[in-house]
Amino acid sequence: MPNFTSSPRTLKRNRSERIFRAICQSAIALTALFLVFLISNLAINAIPSLTQYVVRLSLVVDPAKVDATQIAAGDFQAIVRTAIAAEFPDVTAKPEKKKLVKLFSTSIAENLQRQVTADPSLIGKTITVEGPLAADADSFLKGQQMSVSALGENSDFEARALAKLKEAGKLTREFSWSLLTNGDSRSPEKAGLRGAFMGSLFTIAITLLVALPLGVAAALYLEEFARQSRLRDLIEVNINNLAAVPSIIFGLLGLAVFVNKFGLPRSSPLVGGLVLALLVLPTIIIASRAALRSVPPSIREAALGVGASHQQSVFHHVLPLAVPGILTGTILGVARALGETAPLLMIGMVAFIADVPTRITDAATALPVQVYLWSALPEAAFRSRTSVAILALLIVLFVFNALAIWLRNRFERRW
Amino acid sequence: MTRFLMAVSALALAATPVLARDQIRVVGSGTVYPFTTTVAEAFGKATGKKTPVVEANGSGPGIKLFCAGVGEDTPDFADASRQMKKSELETCAKNGVKNVAELTIGYDGLALVNAKGGPAISINKQQLFEALAKQIPDKNGKLIDNPNKMWSDIDPSLPKVKIVVMSHPATSGTRSSIEDLVLNPGALSYPSLKELAGKDAKAFDAVFKTLRTDGGFVEAGENDNAITQKLIADPNTFALFGYSNVALNSEKVKAASIEGAAPTVEGIQSGAYKLSRPLFVYVKKDHMTAMPDMAGFVAEYMSQKAIGGEGYLADKGLIPLPEADLKAQLEMAKTLPSLTADKLK
Repeated sequence: MPNFTSSPRTLKRNRSERIFRAICQSAIALTALFLVFLISNLAINAIPSLTQYVVRLSLVVDPAKVDATQIAAGDFQAIVRTAIAAEFPDVTAKPEKKKLVKLFSTSIAENLQRQVTADPSLIGKTITVEGPLAADADSFLKGQQMSVSALGENSDFEARALAKLKEAGKLTREFSWSLLTNGDSRSPEKAGLRGAFMGSLFTIAITLLVALPLGVAAALYLEEFARQSRLRDLIEVNINNLAAVPSIIFGLLGLAVFVNKFGLPRSSPLVGGLVLALLVLPTIIIASRAALRSVPPSIREAALGVGASHQQSVFHHVLPLAVPGILTGTILGVARALGETAPLLMIGMVAFIADVPTRITDAATALPVQVYLWSALPEAAFRSRTSVAILALLIVLFVFNALAIWLRNRFERRW
Repeated sequence: MTRFLMAVSALALAATPVLARDQIRVVGSGTVYPFTTTVAEAFGKATGKKTPVVEANGSGPGIKLFCAGVGEDTPDFADASRQMKKSELETCAKNGVKNVAELTIGYDGLALVNAKGGPAISINKQQLFEALAKQIPDKNGKLIDNPNKMWSDIDPSLPKVKIVVMSHPATSGTRSSIEDLVLNPGALSYPSLKELAGKDAKAFDAVFKTLRTDGGFVEAGENDNAITQKLIADPNTFALFGYSNVALNSEKVKAASIEGAAPTVEGIQSGAYKLSRPLFVYVKKDHMTAMPDMAGFVAEYMSQKAIGGEGYLADKGLIPLPEADLKAQLEMAKTLPSLTADKLK
């Protein structure tokens, strides 16, 4: 008997097998490396904006500047300016006072206004108000550890002022809740993701409500009821092609049909959701058909055999068994829609929208749009916030994908 | 299931349509966007009204949307980093937009920018043309492909560094400003091209508007922030774009002197620095009765505290108008005279 294991041909085959495996492994390793690099780069960039310096100012709510009957017309900024000046009694020159005011965010005055509106009896009293430092001062303080100046070259004066505040214990570094609770703003320290998050939520809700019933109905008809015909083949080919159409085309379609023809409000999640529904519809149909097809014919035939109508067999047996597959496909399709910006550009959802939307007809942006908008802004502090927005988007997508996997494992039946 | 029904009914409630628009809409230039958004936010905060929605779709596309007609689905304001063209105003009028007012909010300078650690240069318009154009005249005035590889090839006083200049794509307002402010005058400084401009304007246009494609000029997209990052990463590259980017990143990048003047607020205001352009906001007066908030927004924009020398837009990089012009503009904003075709090109 010849010795096969040590023959030159076997050795050669074994070697080539080992090389092939190594190539495949390095492909995985390289992909993992890219991912690690991306995520760690984002995380490192995001860290500075996750915290911000909050200042506590004790100030007198001057009745001369706020009238209890007309609180909205009060000059809260002036009250804050007075309080800032009181912190630095030795600064008297006007340009330097101005420099001091610029170290503090205008949201301190907004917080003060909110407090006084909630409790008008505060007028005339001395209260403590807190709010963030302005973004430049904030990154200056954080940058000191990294020896980068964010205030330009001649920042000695500001540096001394900030050091004085810090020594007096007026500054604390806190988690930037404003990132989660505020809408968009042009001041980095006030800008938050809530508006974009709500916009995405409304948009995706509309997408689901429209695309899921339509997609499942279309899949059911094509898979269970339609007879083999030229027309059916044509429809199938078109659905498959539609799944590969670039997303910007759907945006153009949405602009022409929903906005211009039906007069639905531009920039609204309603229109955005409809456009994205068109975008994911082919994906849902294809996934649903695959799920329906994977239900064994024996189940249909058994149902028909005991006298169920075609409709009963579909709704009582086939559809429930196909649900996990349909949901997985739908969630993955919706996750794709969640990351789209191109179609939203055409219908005006790529815009500065400061108010957090409360209705589906309000103007709104979406999370990926917020990433794009922040990345284009010239202020240095927005760079770090962009990374935060990307991480938030990734977390939402991760949750969606995890949900899809969980649903599949929970409900999937194998035959 | 009941929970699902509850969610659906909650959505249905949220869906109660309010179609009459009560929110101001602004479209237009990406260069004006950072300023208009800041004013929009201040307006929303000060009045408690809805914050205007501001889109950045470019000067040309913005004006096109603005001029598409009158009604709640068309914008109320258009931002532009160049003046509206005569033809655009005519389109406006044809579509029923009869009363348009022009506001000049300030200036933006074009700056040749590189990283702080990169070479410092001082350059003029003709040299910039020689660095950027695809074809330039040789000694005899005959057009040849641009032979300049290094800045020092153009003039020995310039650094011995490869020419790489990034800027915006051809559809942007920035690009048309580069054409008007740099390339056109740069080309006209050659007698042979000046002669060509007189004889065959179209051929001349092709010469000064066609930029080199051999890597010396790079279309780097509209994202100024991304361009700034690239400058910082490679100190030998330059970018030709808005001065506000220099103002807001002064610790990382610097701007070159052009025609002997460095871009500073004073230099741009006085006209000593040549590469500057006015920025405009166009008001659709036909909407003002239906949208009373528009007057408030104009008042917020055209105020000393916004566009004045010490205003909050100056902090965002806007170059304020000189005092006299500013006063005239603020005065004009109170009456908002309609724009007529004879004032435009």
